[in-house]
Amino acid sequence: MTSTNYINADYGIWSWLLTKDHKRIAILYLVSITAMFLLGGLFALMIRLELLTPAGDLVSADTYNKLFTMHGIVMVFFFLIPSIPAVLGNFLIPMMIGARDLAFPRLNLASWYLFVVGALFALYAIFTGGVDTGWTFYTPYSTAAAHTNVIPAALGIFINGFSSILTGLNFIVTIHRMRAPGLTWFRLPLFVWAHYATSIIFILGTPVIAITILLVAVERAFHFGIFDPTLGGDPVLFQHLFWFYSHPAVYIMILPSMGIVSELITCFSRKVIFGYGFVAVSSMAIAVLGFLVWGHHLFLSGQSVYASLIFSVLSFLVAIPSAVKVFNWTATLYRGSIEFAAPMIYALGFIGLFTIGGLTGLFLATLGFDVHVHDTYFVVAHFHYIMVGGAIMGYLGGIHYWWPKISGRMYPEWPARIGAATIFVGFNLTFFPQFLAGYLGMPRRYHMYPPEFQVLNVMSTAGATILGVGYLLPLTYLLWSLRYGKVAPDNPWRATGLEWQTPSPPPTENFATTPVVTEGAYAYSDMHEAEFI
Amino acid sequence: MLERLGLLPPQASTVALQTDMLYAFLVAISVFFAVLIAVAVIAFSVMYRRRSENDVTPYIHGSTALEIAWSVIPLGVAMVMFGWGAHLFVTLKRPPDDALQVNVVGKQWMWKIQHLEGRREINELHVPLGRPVKLTLTSEDVIHSFYVPAFRIKQDAVPGRYTTAWFEATRIGSYHLFCAEYCGTMHSGMIGKVIVMDPADYQAWLTSGAAVPVAAGAAADGAGPNLAAAGKDLFEQKGCLTCHQPGSVLGPQLAGIVGHSVELQDGTTVTVDDDYLRESILTPAAKLVKGFAPVMPTFKGQLTEEQVMQLIAYIKSLGPSAGTAGAAAGTGKTGS
Ligand code: HEM
Ligand SMILES: [Cu+2]
Repeated sequence: MTSTNYINADYGIWSWLLTKDHKRIAILYLVSITAMFLLGGLFALMIRLELLTPAGDLVSADTYNKLFTMHGIVMVFFFLIPSIPAVLGNFLIPMMIGARDLAFPRLNLASWYLFVVGALFALYAIFTGGVDTGWTFYTPYSTAAAHTNVIPAALGIFINGFSSILTGLNFIVTIHRMRAPGLTWFRLPLFVWAHYATSIIFILGTPVIAITILLVAVERAFHFGIFDPTLGGDPVLFQHLFWFYSHPAVYIMILPSMGIVSELITCFSRKVIFGYGFVAVSSMAIAVLGFLVWGHHLFLSGQSVYASLIFSVLSFLVAIPSAVKVFNWTATLYRGSIEFAAPMIYALGFIGLFTIGGLTGLFLATLGFDVHVHDTYFVVAHFHYIMVGGAIMGYLGGIHYWWPKISGRMYPEWPARIGAATIFVGFNLTFFPQFLAGYLGMPRRYHMYPPEFQVLNVMSTAGATILGVGYLLPLTYLLWSLRYGKVAPDNPWRATGLEWQTPSPPPTENFATTPVVTEGAYAYSDMHEAEFI
Repeated sequence: MLERLGLLPPQASTVALQTDMLYAFLVAISVFFAVLIAVAVIAFSVMYRRRSENDVTPYIHGSTALEIAWSVIPLGVAMVMFGWGAHLFVTLKRPPDDALQVNVVGKQWMWKIQHLEGRREINELHVPLGRPVKLTLTSEDVIHSFYVPAFRIKQDAVPGRYTTAWFEATRIGSYHLFCAEYCGTMHSGMIGKVIVMDPADYQAWLTSGAAVPVAAGAAADGAGPNLAAAGKDLFEQKGCLTCHQPGSVLGPQLAGIVGHSVELQDGTTVTVDDDYLRESILTPAAKLVKGFAPVMPTFKGQLTEEQVMQLIAYIKSLGPSAGTAGAAAGTGKTGS
């Protein structure tokens, strides 16, 4: 017997394209973001195939430059930044706080349309010749030298930026105004805290990148001297503006993922999180400190030694709240009841990959050391560990965990475990050798390279193939489960959290009656046995 | 050892060993923390795996003492990393006074190099063993980055300004010179060599071989004139002499100004360094020297970056005393 839920409440394409239901909008995002991920992944595979041999024989130099640029643009702006907030955040935040929808449902739908329009601009840029500036658009290359579709790509990013800003705004208002009775700030799930912190970055940071990218387009089109020194501009100014946003943007990618991991670790060890307050506050600390470290991307740009010293020390400070989280997750496992369901495997994999990514971040913050590895494959490995190892492991873990709620069906457990393990192994084989290649001196964005780097590159390409298979697995069995998966109960994991107190899939209004909250999140443990260490 | 295993690039400069030691320290700390976490996660996963569907777990909600300990200890370790890295960085940023001066101009897609003595080369840099070498870098088009892995040095070459780097080579041989900042189609082809030579061989090399002619009219065979001489030629050809000759009231005297401060029209002062000289040649109106009318034309577009560097070399060669360095020497209104 099926009851009415958000999926079958209404039929027809327009009922989806004009929906104001946050859950349906989340599904729209899920579909469009997955498409972008596949496109970005295809580019990645071509990059890796090219790098199989030192000679640069598969594609031309121009094509190669376009491939890594488009891989970067698609992955960063159209996959990583929106992925967790727009899909899982959209779906879950109202439910987690006991609300019927986000504060501004129409704005939410508008955000998705802005995303689509932005993506269409980017796709137009890609399929009418491509862009070759690198996703970082460094000037004066992007404004004066590049012969490619910089302006449409820039407009795509500009428009997409508004989607982020509106989503952030919507989340902040919703979290402030629409919490269920009894749901105080320090009872909020950590997933919500993480999105609150992320939303702050969205609304404070995104306007800066939007304007900066627009200035690039303006300088290109009208030759105003903003960044080009031959017109009287300052090329390094661009880097300051760009990283003022793009460094915090890394936290946009990783904070929501940390929120997911907090949910998964507690649920699958059936234990209250260790140090709730510290984990919640560290999200905010990361969001704030994240705005103060952009200059660590400019150690070699000719910025003053004093500026570099300050940015270096601040970069070390921002690492501390991240370290605290890792210790807290580990401590949560202590005396838990740990079940290795697929989402938990993703969460534990996240801890491993994020730890390596975070520690190598300290390497890069170390001034004299960064001189040698800046702009080499060491950096490529580091940011993939954080953004792909960290963000995507969390995202996939979250998708699996909430899949019963989203789709009303269970995913098949064994294929999912194999998928998670394949991704973990493939990932490490792909990116660990890149640390070594980087220290040996292989610069990034190289289409050809000296032959001594080949062994490491072959390992990396082999790993990428395994990783690619690993990503296709969930895509396949999750689609399969929509039809053949076991019908999901309301709360298959015996999890706490309001989202598990409604049917799977939830009805359009989420809750028949507004829930009342009487205790903190993660009431998994036996409170009678309170122990303090 | 590690070098032979292919895990380290050759160590061929005085900072290479220091960088590798810092690397070893960072790796050791990271391995320690990574293993600590991995062991804890694996041990807990095994010891506390779910035994029955109704396991009860204790309510351990946290521990302020532990939280403080694992914030403060990593912070302390991080500050050691910072201090060590900062120390190395400051070393990298302070060239010794006796360093040999070499000018480098990046251009899509090559490195153009000028030695003070006049030899010019492209995508090759010859240097003597055991002598500090200071590079002054700029770019003619987009941002490039000068990277020699064997020396563990890298520095962006930014159009419109000068940056500097230095190294002292410790091993004879030939090493990769890469461009590390993405600069367009042939970015990965912007590769050169740094050739470290015995000092005697280097001297011989400097004064022999077919150098690229420095300026039109310069000797095409053998080494070209040294940079200062090439600059002097330019100084005369481009008409700088009209205003900057001894006793002229049209423009300030240039002899001996380098390193001193000059008073500007708006009352501020500026120290004369390469950047100031470059700016004064290309955009003279940007900083007007007190007591002179803004009559100097811009030379933007008329001089290549290499020629600007030659002019600067010439101005630097003008001693403080009058008459010794040719036409432009004399008394002037430069501040001190
Ligand atoms: C199979 C998986 C992947 C492989 C093999 C791969 C490979 C690469 C390689 C080799 C580069 C460096 C290009 C260069 O600097 O020469 C690169 C750059 C990059 N990748 Fe990936 N990548 C993968 C997945 C991802 C994912 C999933 C994301 C984000 C969601 C991502 C984000 C980026 C970004 C932002 C860049 C920088 C692009 C630039 O330099 O402009 N990558 N990737
Ligand atoms: Cu270059």
